[in-house]
Order: sequence, then C-alpha cells, then structure tokens
Amino acid sequence: MTNLSFFFEVLIGGLLAGVMYSLVALGFVLIYKASGVFNFAQGAMVFLAALTFVSLLERGVNFWLALVITLAVMVVLGIAIEKVVLRPLVNQPPITLFMATIGLTFVLEGLSQAVWGSQPHGLDLGIADVPMQWLADSTGMFISQFDLFASGIAAVLVASLALFFHYTRIGRALRAVADDHQAALAVGIPLKNIWAIVWAVAGFVALVAGLMWGARNGVQFALTFIALKALPVLILGGFESILGAIVGGLIIGASEKLAEVYFGPMVGGGIESWFAYVIALLFLLVRPQGLFGEKIIDRV
Amino acid sequence: MLYREAGQFKSTYAEDQQIFPIRQDRIAVALLLAIAFVVVPMVANQYWLSAILTPFLIFALAALGLNILTGYAGQLSLGTAAFMAVGAFMAYNFVLRMPWLGIIPSFILAGICAAAVGIVFGLPSLRIKGFYLAVATLACQFFVLWAIQRIGWFTNNSPSGVITAQTVEILGYTFDTPQSKYLLTLGIVAVLALLAKNLMRSETGRAFMAVRDMDVAASVIGIPMMKTKLLAFAISSFYCGVAGALYAYTYLGTVEPEAFTLDLSFRILFMIIIGGVGSILGSFLGAAFITLLPIFLNVLFGAASHTFGLDISHAIVSNIELMIFGGLIIFFLAVEPHGLARLWQIAKEKLRLWPFPH
Amino acid sequence: MKRTTFALALVLAAGFSGSVLGQAKEQFVPANFYWVGPYAPGGSGFGGGIIDYMAMINERDGGVNGVRLTWEKCETEYNNARGVECYERSKNKGPTGATVIHPLSTGITYSLIEKGTADKIPIISMGYGRTDAADGRIFPYVFPLITTYWSQNTAKIKFIGQKEGGMDKLKGKKIVNLYHDSAYGKETIPVLDIQAQKYGFQVTHLAVPHPGNEQQAQWLQIRQLRPDWVILRGWGVMNPTALKTAARSGFPREKILGVWWSGAEEDVIPAGDAAKGYYAAAFNLPGTHHPVMRDILKHVYGKGKGDFDDKSRIGSIYHTRGVVAGIITVEAVRTAQAKFGKGKPITGEQMRWGIENLNIDAKRLKELGATDLMQPLKVSCKDHEGGGAVKFMQWDGRKWNVVSDWIESDQSIVRPMVEESAAQYAKEKGITPRDC
Repeated sequence: MTNLSFFFEVLIGGLLAGVMYSLVALGFVLIYKASGVFNFAQGAMVFLAALTFVSLLERGVNFWLALVITLAVMVVLGIAIEKVVLRPLVNQPPITLFMATIGLTFVLEGLSQAVWGSQPHGLDLGIADVPMQWLADSTGMFISQFDLFASGIAAVLVASLALFFHYTRIGRALRAVADDHQAALAVGIPLKNIWAIVWAVAGFVALVAGLMWGARNGVQFALTFIALKALPVLILGGFESILGAIVGGLIIGASEKLAEVYFGPMVGGGIESWFAYVIALLFLLVRPQGLFGEKIIDRV
Repeated sequence: MLYREAGQFKSTYAEDQQIFPIRQDRIAVALLLAIAFVVVPMVANQYWLSAILTPFLIFALAALGLNILTGYAGQLSLGTAAFMAVGAFMAYNFVLRMPWLGIIPSFILAGICAAAVGIVFGLPSLRIKGFYLAVATLACQFFVLWAIQRIGWFTNNSPSGVITAQTVEILGYTFDTPQSKYLLTLGIVAVLALLAKNLMRSETGRAFMAVRDMDVAASVIGIPMMKTKLLAFAISSFYCGVAGALYAYTYLGTVEPEAFTLDLSFRILFMIIIGGVGSILGSFLGAAFITLLPIFLNVLFGAASHTFGLDISHAIVSNIELMIFGGLIIFFLAVEPHGLARLWQIAKEKLRLWPFPH
Repeated sequence: MKRTTFALALVLAAGFSGSVLGQAKEQFVPANFYWVGPYAPGGSGFGGGIIDYMAMINERDGGVNGVRLTWEKCETEYNNARGVECYERSKNKGPTGATVIHPLSTGITYSLIEKGTADKIPIISMGYGRTDAADGRIFPYVFPLITTYWSQNTAKIKFIGQKEGGMDKLKGKKIVNLYHDSAYGKETIPVLDIQAQKYGFQVTHLAVPHPGNEQQAQWLQIRQLRPDWVILRGWGVMNPTALKTAARSGFPREKILGVWWSGAEEDVIPAGDAAKGYYAAAFNLPGTHHPVMRDILKHVYGKGKGDFDDKSRIGSIYHTRGVVAGIITVEAVRTAQAKFGKGKPITGEQMRWGIENLNIDAKRLKELGATDLMQPLKVSCKDHEGGGAVKFMQWDGRKWNVVSDWIESDQSIVRPMVEESAAQYAKEKGITPRDC
C-alpha cells in the first residue's frame, strides 16, 4: 500500500468521520438559529433517542414502528422542554439559558438510564461496518460501507432540512423567527409554537445522529460525549449555519485524523482530544464568527 | 428594627469606604469567622471536616476565581478545572524539587504558574466574545490535561500519572489532622476572599465591570482592553491554581489529571450561576449549594427508603438523584436568575424595614 | 408548611435511628460503587455480585459463625471526591466500623491509601489500583489481590508466546499497545518495554484520548504498522469502538488481546459481529454452573433478595467478579475470627490481619463451590497480591469461552519493579518498611 493511497485513506476516513460530527452539530445549529439557545443537552438527546429506539427493538417492536414511537417521544420531549425550561427563562441572558440546558443534560441522562437501564446495547441497522471489498482489492484502501451510508443519510437529512426551510410555510416562519423575534411576532407568527416545532425537529435530527453513532459504537452512556466533538465544528462553521455545520465537520474531521496520524507520533499521540479545538480556535482568531456565522455587531 | 443604620456616624473616609459599613454586619461577620475558626474544629466530627467543609472551601475559592473572570469581567470560561490542575501539579513539583521554599510560597508560585497559563489562553479573548470564547477555553481545558499526561516531568515520571501530595509542613508544624487541614484551608481562603473583595472594589474591579458591561464604550473612555482582560484571566487563574493546590494537599491527598475534567469546570460554573454572578458572597453560597446538594439527596433517599422499606433498585435511585440535581438547577435559574446572593440581598433589604411593612 | 417540615424531620430521624439501632453482632461492609455514568455496567455488576454473595452467606449460613454481614450502598459516580466522601460517611457505620473497602476505581484507591492506613481500614483493590502496593511491607493496609496490572501483562505476553509457538518465537514480532489515555492506561508501558527488551519483540504504544469514541486514526496507524498482536487496554466505550474500528480497518480480531477491564460482556455486545474471535484476559470466570453461583440463585434470587433486576446479568463477568470479591471478604473475616474470637464482629485492624493471612487453597475452593471461578489465593506480609495467574477467554458472539489454563505471571520481571517503586514511595513518605 503506497504512501499516497494511505494518505487518501486517512483523508477520506477523516471526511466521513467529520460527517458524523456534523450530524450532531446540526441539532445545535437548528436550535441556536431559531431560539438563540445553545442547547448543551443535544448530546443527551442523541443518547435518549438512541437508547429508546434500541430498547424498543430489543423488546421485539418492529423496526419502523420503533422509529415512529421514538420520533414521537422526541417530539413530546421537545415540546415539554420548551414549556418547562425555556418559557420560564424567556428573557434571561444567554449564559443562563446555557446553564439551564446543562441542567437539562443531567435530567435527560438520569431519565434515560432510570427508564431503560444502564447496560450498553448493540445496534444493527442492517449495514455491516466492514470495508468495501472491491475498493480494498483494487486500490488497497479500506473505506467502510457504513460510513458511506451515514454520509448518504446526512446528505438526505441536510437536503430535506433545506427544502423544509425554504419551501414550507413553517420553514419560512422558522427562518423569520431566527432573523428577528420581534419582527416575526409583529407579522403574527406564534413564537411559542415555533419554538416547540424547532425543538421537535432538533429531536428528530438527534434521533438520526443517535442511530448512526449507536450503530457505529454501540448505544451507551458515552454517546453523550459526542456533543463535545460537535462544538469545534460549530465554532468553525458558525453557530447559525447548516452549511457551516457540514463544512465545519468535514474540515475538523479531516484535519483531526491527518494530524493524529502524521503529527501525533512526534508528540506521543493522543492529540485528538484538543486538536480540533485548537484548529477551531485559530480559525476564530482570523474570523471571529466562524466561516458562515453572522457577524457580531457591537452596538454601544 | 435591629438592622438599622440610625446612630452610626462615619467621621473618616476610611470608615465610609469599609467593606461592612453597618455595625451589625461587622458583628455578624466577626461572629461567623469566630465560629468558623474556633467553634467548628472543636465541635465538628471528622466526616464533616474532611468530606464537606474542606471541599466546600476549596470549591468556593475556585468559584471565586471564576467569578472574577466571568462575573466581574464578563469573559465566559470553561477551563477552570485546567487551571486548578496546573496549580495542583505545579505545587507538587515545587514542593518536590525545591523543598526549601515551604508550602505557602509553593502554593503562591503554583498560582503564578496557573496565572501564566491563564494569560496565554486568555489571549483569544481579545478577538473573540461570548460563547465562542467559552468554546475556545475548552481548547485550554483539553490541551492542558493532555500536556500534563504526556509530559512526564509534571508527574515526576510516575508510570501511572497519579502522584501523591507530600505532607504539609509549615514552620515545623505538620498539618495532617482534619482539623489542621481545615484551618489551613480556611485561613488561605479567608485571606484570598478578602483580597478579592477589595480588588473588586478598586479601580481594577471597576475596569473589569466596565469591560463586562460594554467593552467598546470602556475602551472609548480609556480602559486598556488587552491589559484588563489579560489581568482578569491572570487573577482568576491564580485563584483557581491555589484552589487546585489545596484540592491536592488538604483534601484528596493525591493528584491525577482525571480529577480535573470538564465536569469539574461545569460544576464550578454552576456554583457561580446559582450563587450569583458578580458577587463574592455568591461564590460561597453557590459552592455550599452544589457541594451539599448531592450528599443531601443521597442521605434523604437513603433515609426515605429505610423508613418506608422501599426496595427501589439503587441504580434508579442514583439516576433520580441526578435528575433532581439537574431539575433543581433549572428551577433555581427560573426562580432567581441572579442567584442566591440576590436572594440574600433581598432578605437584607426586608430586614432593614422589619418589623415595619415599609 | 410547618406540618410538612415536621413530617420530613420525623422521616429523617426515623431513617437515621433505624441505622443506629440494630443488632450488635453485625459486620458492616460499605458498598461504595457507581450506578450512574459511563461505567455504570461495571460498577453495578460488581456491586451486585459482592452483595449477592454476602446475602447468600447470611441466608444459607446465617452469617459468618453467626455474625451477619450488613452493607450500605453509596454512589461514588467513579469520581475521586465522591469516593472520598462516601468513604468518610461509611467508615464508622456498624458496631466495629467499616470492615474493608473495595473502591473499584484506581483513582479512588490512590486517594484512600493514606486515609485507610490512618483509620486502620484495609483496602482491597482486586485487579486494579496501585500495583506497587503488592509489596506489603510498605503498604500494610492496601491489597491489590489476585493479580496486578503488571503481573497480568506478563501473563499476556506468555499467552501470545504460547499462540506463536514458544517464547523464543516472540523475537522480531510486532506488538501494539493500544491504551486509554489515562493513569490506568499508561500503567503497563514500562513493563511492556522491559519485556520487549527481554524477548526481542517490538512494541509501539498508541494512545486513545478519553473517552475513546473515535479510533479511526489509531487503527489506520495500526494498519500501517502491520503488527502481529494488538493489546487492547481500554475502559468503557473505548472497547467496543476498538473492535468495530478494527473490523472497519480489516484487522483480524483474533489478534487482539484485551485486559480484564476490556473483557466483559458489556464491552463486546455493543460491537456485535465485530467482536467475534476477540481474546480477553480474566482472573474470574463467568457462568452460573459453579456450585456457589447455584447457591446464590437458590438462596438469594429464589427468595427475591437478589440485587439485579435484570436476571440475564447473573453470571456475567462483572457479577462473578463481585462474587469473587465477596468470597475473599468473607473468607478473610472467617480467618480473622478464627484468631480473634469466633462469633464476634471484627475490627478493621483485625480484618487486615485476616486478609494478610488469607489462604484459599484448591481444597477450600472446592468447599466454597468456587473451583474454576477463581484461582487459589495465598496472601502474605510481603506479597499482597497472592495469586498472579490469569486465564484467557475468547468471545464467540454469544458468550465467553475459556481457551487457556491458568497462566502464571512472570514475577522475576514484576517483583523487582514493584519493590523499586514501593521503596521510592517509602522514601518520599518517610515510611519504614515492616519486617516480614
């Protein structure tokens, strides 16, 4: 296996890993875009969705039915969160809301494990996580078919979200709310309903992310830590941009893997824990609002 | 009726500017300090001293540090645990390699090292604001932990990376009983808290608050942005570093990088939010709340299941405790977003009028 | 408002009094483990095992010579501070205080070493903890029983040697040490380096950052290195992720050898088919066929007093590990009682003597019904490890199959390292080693 093909393998593997990060980052972006809240509980939502789905599967529920039930649970959860957590805190500074979502993380983590137990589960979506034989035979590169499947799902998700935001009435209402709450209210858009819908959609995105990550690593508590990997993606891409989440994910995924493979051995390895953050940080120094984020305008 | 200022006259500027201008306040604080320094070590049992009061003081100190940075200077930081880690490991190294220094100077030097790290990782604050800055401080959190693990010098090349803190000896007196450790921690925290209070009342504190409220306007009136922000990071990290050193020496007795995870940073952030951002007293109140709450829940559940003979699986009990913890945080934020310090302030206001309605 | 406060006070008072009043012939063992967080399966499994065994002794035998075992659970969240707090809360409970502490966490063990020694409560860190505590002269109150990390590592190299056809065949082979980037993970780097020099194999150490959700880069590096074996030293999610990523990178699982904290059902089930063929070390074996496990099923679960709600976990690796810990605890109590007075609750100091003079030979194992569950154990003042042998299992997709006999560790490598490290600790702390 030549050095060049190994480089491409690392690069492509990194890009595909980045797509997985973007899946989680999408949920953050949706909520931040529409309600200005940085929802730290997104990781816990991913975990709850995956755990509910896999627990239903293990109890013999049909695959598609379990999917629908889990989706319903996430929607109900979204509405509940909006009512119980967000509405009482409606005019608070962003840091208070952020702290509330951290409190929410604890609640969701405790809830998931209290209801479904703390044993880890395997999740089989029917696509084996093995390298594609014909590619391995012809080029010597090992690219997993599951990774490609996940990228496909991500592409479909982003496309449908884009269509949703641009061509449906609710989507346009969401964009209006993201732009300016007051103006949206003035035009007659029901703010509370919109927020509930946003959280429900974020719950759906969390479900997809949970399924992909759960199939990849197994459904267990550590799934909640994926949120931490999504943060550098958000910084790079900007908190409010869906495209930014994808592009940011690709950049972070690729650079992280390349750095670990080529740069890591020189410093003892294990640099993945901070490399993504440092990349994002350096990026921010050049462009403080991220690649596609909205410029922060200071009014004095 | 009791809490009136009537009859208390100030005849010098110093009297007018003191921290506790009302005599009742001064008496209360003196009493509190007397109880803390004298009564508690005599009365409290070992469990309370080593497992509750000492960690409460240490976390209060760290919360104080974070409050200076986030509460007074407005720079959101999630790297508190990393600064504590720097303080802990550097204190260990100073005591190990320069034992003639003594413990207190080692702590101070460790704090200065943490301050240096704080300045380096505070540089982004000159360009970045708000949440972006918070996530940037996460870079600090992860990088510092990785560096401590990777560079053997920090842990004296121990194969496991866990180091045992040396016995604390100051001027020949060994601090190895829970009482002595508690008193040492209390002394250090009291001095640093006084320092912080005075600092925040001075020009530096006012500069911090100006930067927090509207930094563009602050720079317009001549407050140097870079110096002020970096000073905030430095002072805050110093406090966190000393807290980290105390964490290792007077509480746990061992130091390992895993003790200083992101979870701890979030805990300390909780403390200042619940206690009250921008308030010295708030740091203490928040630390007390967050330190005592899990234990209280644990004991409550234990007692409840004992009395009612409930046989709930312990896993469910632990998870419910977690849910209640998160729920209480949300509840607190909804009910009093300015924290316990504000509740205390309101109580004092009402006390001034009592027993009259207005 | 007043009434509810009063009622609450009554509840609390009743709860506290309930624990204070009680029979005097009781032996209290704290159950300070973790039931939440990423490592909950391990903590709850082990905790369930030790509690089930103690409950079985109470039900079947009426306690140890009439002294019933009692316990109280405390959540440590695998967190040092909480572990210390639980220890302080539980150390004075029961008529003679806490008998022994099983911290189930290397970090908490380190934090408790000085406290336990000062409070005269022995600490059993079975299969983890501070390896150099095997030198009992310097660590009188710490017992890393059965096997330490370094011993296990030498046994692993012996197993690899066996698989390769002899220790001499190790020369020129490549072994990768894939470790969790933490204190626990880094422990075996020195002992591997020493063995690499001794046997002539090449060892590469690759770190996986906590928590180990992403290992693509590491396994691509492994593919480039083309090692003969990979030693997996993981914890939590790192384990199934490693196996899945190995499958994705085309690395055969039959060449991956895991430590015993990477060798439980919870580590392989999430990986599904990717885990088939994977080897793992074990110092306790799974199953419900052993007589002692059958007794637990009969006397404890049969009466509805079992600790697990999910009955499928009975007999899993963590469960039997807890049972082994229970066996050791009870046998040590028995040994101490034989010396200090049968039928009386013993103190922590007496328990320390009991553990140090523990001798569970093959005959006793048969009486206990634990043959093939654990190895014979003989502790001494100098040797706080007491065993040192490891068996190896292979996962077939549904269960663990034992594929080797008890493989002894190489104490000629391990013991000098232990003594050197312990001597350094003694020097730092000013401890004079005991005479043994």
